[in-house]
Amino acid sequence: MSLFTILLSALLVNNFVLVRFLGICPFMGVSKDVDSAIGMGLATTFVMVVAAAATWLIQWFILEPLGLPFLQTLSFILVIASMVQLVEMFLHKTSPGLYRAMGIFLPLITTNCAILGFAIMGVQNSYSFIETVIFGLGAGLGFTLALMLMAGIREEMQFADIPKPLRGVGIAFIVAGLLSLAFGGFAGLV
Amino acid sequence: MWKDFVRGLWADNPTFRLNIGLCPVLAVTVSALNGLSMGLATTLVLICSSALISLLKNLIPAKVRIPAFIIVIATFVTIVDLVMHAYLPDLHSVLGLFIPLIVVNCIVLGRAEAFAAKHSVLRSAVDGIGMGLGFTWALTLLGAIRELLGSGSLFGMALLPEGATTLGIMSLPPGAFITLGLLMAMMNMITARQKKTAS
Repeated sequence: MSLFTILLSALLVNNFVLVRFLGICPFMGVSKDVDSAIGMGLATTFVMVVAAAATWLIQWFILEPLGLPFLQTLSFILVIASMVQLVEMFLHKTSPGLYRAMGIFLPLITTNCAILGFAIMGVQNSYSFIETVIFGLGAGLGFTLALMLMAGIREEMQFADIPKPLRGVGIAFIVAGLLSLAFGGFAGLV
Repeated sequence: MWKDFVRGLWADNPTFRLNIGLCPVLAVTVSALNGLSMGLATTLVLICSSALISLLKNLIPAKVRIPAFIIVIATFVTIVDLVMHAYLPDLHSVLGLFIPLIVVNCIVLGRAEAFAAKHSVLRSAVDGIGMGLGFTWALTLLGAIRELLGSGSLFGMALLPEGATTLGIMSLPPGAFITLGLLMAMMNMITARQKKTAS
């Protein structure tokens, strides 16, 4: 598979949120306005790309040679948690502006199942190093895209007259369903 | 004790009330059986990790409690993953990715932080059972609706005659989102009605 195919597939055809159901919690929680959606999306993309490199190295240079693949879940989640912490410290030191913008979202990223999910998927597909990084980039941008679309729609929906029981999460899920239907149109693109 | 148990089933139901741990709810509920087994796997992890974390709560320093909790949870998830792989290989391949992803299910870490770290072992385990079963019935219900409408069967038994038209969309991702949205609206209606009759 070419790198472009991997990127496009993770971004649109198999969009992480709308087709694979990964990262639903932040998708529902942080999609109330477009600005925070972009902040959350970019912070997640950044961690995904860093985590892609780290988990690939761990899987093929530590776990496989030592015959320890059963420790995959345990080691990946620890690496992701410490990556998030590291990114947080690094941003705090080098770019306080960006840190303030992303600050509150960073700790939430650890429990975003899209990150652990894509790391395990990358191993299952036995991607090469560069393919894993591109896959992470595509997955992160796909997450950002879904989050931004959702936030835009939810901002407009504030003025809509929604039946009372559906207000809040109910209508958000139905909108997500329609978005998912639209993304179904990308099937067969790759 | 009874209160700890029933809270997770209705008043604080993780899926319909707290809206946490939603990824597996949407992803694996193509059939009722998948929903049920995913729910039970999560329940098992929840009970074990809540009990162990409650047992260790005085040993774990407050500053590193989150990583410590995650390690405990990841260990139990690995056990469930390996046992299912060995004894239920078909189910394991269907649920696939979502078994290791129990680690990042907010319900498990959430209950560890909010309940198990403050209460006795027995109460934490009972809370785990209640929350786990609350999650399980939500998954099974969603799975049953989607299986019935999407492929005309229930728990693998065909209910509709051969060649009957089914709503294929219910088995696809959009069906999961829309069904869950409508179910949540229904839960809100029931709660609103209960409040009305109470007052």
